[in-house]
Amino acid sequence: MAIAQATTHASTKPQTGIWSWITTVDHKRIGILYGVTSLIFLLIGGIEALLIRIQLMRPEMSFLDPDTYNQLFTMHGTTMVFLVGMPIAVAFFNYIIPLQIGARDVAFPRLNALSYWIFLIGGLFMTYSVIAGIAPNVGWFGYAPLTSAQYSPGPNVDFWALGLQILGVASIMGGINFITTIINLRAPGMTLMRMPLFTWMAFVTSFLLITALPVFATGLFFVTFDRAWGTNFYNVAAGADPMLWQHIFWLFGHPEVYILILPGFGIVSEVIPTFSRKPLFGYSIMVYSGILIGFIGWGVWAHHMFAVGMGPIADAFFAASTMIIAIPTGVKIFNWLATMWGGSLRFTTAMLFAVAMVGMFTIGGISGIHHSVAPSNLQQTDTYYVVAHFHYVLIGGLINAIFAGIYYWFPKVTGRLLNETLGKWHFWLFIIGVNMTFFPMHFLGLLGMPRRIFTYPAELGLADMNMVVTIGAFIQAISVLIFLANVLRSVKRGELAGPNPWGGLTLEWAIPSPPPVYNFTAIPEVRSREPLWAEPESIEKQLKEASPEGIHMPGPSFWPLVVAIGIFLSMALFMVDAWWAPLVGVLLTFFGVVNWAFEKN
Amino acid sequence: MSCRWGFPGQRALALAVLAGALALAGCAGEYPQSVFRPVTDFAVTLDNLFTHVFWWTIVILVVVEVILVFVILRYRQRPGQPQPKQIHGNALLEIVWTIIPALIVVFIAVPTIRTIFDTYEPAGEDALIVEAVAHQWWWQFHYPEYGITTANQLYLPVGRQVEIRLRSNDVLHNFWVPRLGGKRYNYPQRVRPGEEPRYNFLVFTIDEAGEYPGQCAEFCGVAHALMRMMVVAQPEPEFQAWVQQMRAPVEPAEGSLEAQGREIFLRSTCIACHTIEGTTARGVLGPNLTRFGTRWSIGAGAADNTLENIAQWIRDPQSIKPGALMPGTTQGAAGMPPTGLSDQEVAAVAAYLHSLR
Repeated sequence: MAIAQATTHASTKPQTGIWSWITTVDHKRIGILYGVTSLIFLLIGGIEALLIRIQLMRPEMSFLDPDTYNQLFTMHGTTMVFLVGMPIAVAFFNYIIPLQIGARDVAFPRLNALSYWIFLIGGLFMTYSVIAGIAPNVGWFGYAPLTSAQYSPGPNVDFWALGLQILGVASIMGGINFITTIINLRAPGMTLMRMPLFTWMAFVTSFLLITALPVFATGLFFVTFDRAWGTNFYNVAAGADPMLWQHIFWLFGHPEVYILILPGFGIVSEVIPTFSRKPLFGYSIMVYSGILIGFIGWGVWAHHMFAVGMGPIADAFFAASTMIIAIPTGVKIFNWLATMWGGSLRFTTAMLFAVAMVGMFTIGGISGIHHSVAPSNLQQTDTYYVVAHFHYVLIGGLINAIFAGIYYWFPKVTGRLLNETLGKWHFWLFIIGVNMTFFPMHFLGLLGMPRRIFTYPAELGLADMNMVVTIGAFIQAISVLIFLANVLRSVKRGELAGPNPWGGLTLEWAIPSPPPVYNFTAIPEVRSREPLWAEPESIEKQLKEASPEGIHMPGPSFWPLVVAIGIFLSMALFMVDAWWAPLVGVLLTFFGVVNWAFEKN
Repeated sequence: MSCRWGFPGQRALALAVLAGALALAGCAGEYPQSVFRPVTDFAVTLDNLFTHVFWWTIVILVVVEVILVFVILRYRQRPGQPQPKQIHGNALLEIVWTIIPALIVVFIAVPTIRTIFDTYEPAGEDALIVEAVAHQWWWQFHYPEYGITTANQLYLPVGRQVEIRLRSNDVLHNFWVPRLGGKRYNYPQRVRPGEEPRYNFLVFTIDEAGEYPGQCAEFCGVAHALMRMMVVAQPEPEFQAWVQQMRAPVEPAEGSLEAQGREIFLRSTCIACHTIEGTTARGVLGPNLTRFGTRWSIGAGAADNTLENIAQWIRDPQSIKPGALMPGTTQGAAGMPPTGLSDQEVAAVAAYLHSLR
């Protein structure tokens, strides 16, 4: 392993230049790469959403033609889930987990780099299809048999099936890496039940990643084999049942929902205690409820399918299991409230976003319970009521938490604080925009607006509400621009933060901002759940007394990039009409892996 | 204000959150696809269940949001405040806020599961059966009892139980007429000889005459948004009159433009896909055009049913409904060659179709 081999003192000093970023295996740099890349994809997904909203602003608009609209809504969903929601959480995992558990890097630094390069290339591959006007146009869920060569003859669906396959590989590797890191690289004394809650939620998420993504990969391979080689997994004419895909997709898709939201739970569980100056209320219940959500999350998938007509027994089972998952989720919300109760609340931008997360995620949870009621779900599924629901969960729950996390950890990453005045503008405009966009969608759905329609007749009476929604979307866009301006400005000119600007309680706040390459001069021994609150002198002493001399850090490597290109080609070349084409990618992967294995620093 | 809301809580919620803007927006019309205006036993059942659940969940929502706002206001940091008391948890409290939601879940789950079984109750012996076969991007409605078939406009009797049997001819579709009740999928399947086809069904009895729009709710390809339908619910005598009408051919006057149109229709490729009762047109790939002139729209909701629109549709269906699987006069589609009709011929055919009332 590289950790054992690389021994130069130079590697403990920060590197500069593009080549150093391409070959980096430093978890912090890879975290930054993940973060910046997913923010760029956030802009792309956001532009897609704005185009959709312009088209729906009035009835019977012809701003977009139907096929372009269908490509945009498909890619908006796909982009936001796979190129923003998942990787931005991975950015946090990368940067924060090793710092929180007192490690110098993740367990497999080069595998980490490989994950990033695969994600980047897969994301560019899918985004290329949008620019070329041949993007997937079957919805991010791609229900069979619409995805078959018969009903979708163009390359569009191939970009979807292969692009997601590529991205899945990155996620699985990431999951393995984080699980190994968390199990093996915790500082002495940091038992599992002393681990920060963010790391705990990342741990649960990683298990979901490595179990859910392979299910999806299997289903996607069937799609690709059907399209490329004429197999019959989803071919109705050959006797296939199109429900097979839905079960596979949602068996992955529901754990995926928790893959997206659990990191948000984790971030908020760090931010709220810090700014309440009180430890997290009911830590162990928070851990157990997170684990429970991860488990029950596997038993609720068919609540996406109540309109399928699965029969009363199946419907009743999935309705009940879905309602049950609301209980541990509710417990989390009450525990956050109890954490703040009696505290001394400081409303920094990070805290504002965390509090907004609690309030808005609850709204999404409430409509989620409505969906679990299978019979009335028959009126809600495939309407804007569902769109409202999951945007409250994913923007209210995840994106608010992500913003909270960015404001919270930005000073750790850059050494400088984000501007609080711009932050407050960002916050208020965002909250107003999000609620203006998604609250009326509850009504739109119940008043009869189905999802995924490129137009609607004026007779439905939904024009004015759609206008409100579109205005809200643009307000969100403005707030995100303010955020980006804040980031660009603060990276260079922000107020200097120092190691612990917020009075944080976890280990990452014990080291300088930004942290040195090796993170910790010495791996500190931990004796409590809140080391910087319960035992700050001990931690400080341990770190001060050690010297960075002779710390072994892994050396740079470009083989991850080579292997990433190989894996990409082994998937993407399915689009070439020759059975042997993907083998080119397989060979390159093999070449890269061999060199990787024998690499000497 | 004559604004129709399902129940007062909704308005209160709307006003509370979005105040004037949304209230104005929300009261703009009659909402013909509102789920809060049920006209069948099925839709009423779903509406009542939703209302029941809605109030329980609103209690939870209000409790959480009120506590949140209280905490924000009450525990805001004040200058010189000492370190707050460090509390790590409270077992009793945590048991309480696990048990109470669990009880609420029971209150929700029991009626939910009971209703689930109700919605799968098969129809009675004398229910009117309608086979709704979905096609990319239109609806075929077949009445086995009467041996008649129509498209996109679904006639149903008031007061008689109806069973809609849902199938698809190609990809997944989803039959949804909100005022009649919930939706279920139309899915395609291969039926082996001797095997009973499986299908989803919706069973309901309409209790109010009227016109109820609906549409496909499952994304089914490029023209998904233009896969609409209109349900015409009529008292039994009028419904029976419609059935008789569907069986009686419309005869255009000798020598009229309409008669010319019929003659052109019957000698062109139109008949490869379309059926018109009482003529030699027996195609089954496209919508049945019997009594086409009575439909509320052409192209399953793509445009108003006017003479000009029909002519434009025959010339170039793509200009009205992009993706439509029908050839125009100069452009083929879905593997079919262009029809090659001249403008005069198009006008005659349009007049004929328009006259089929």
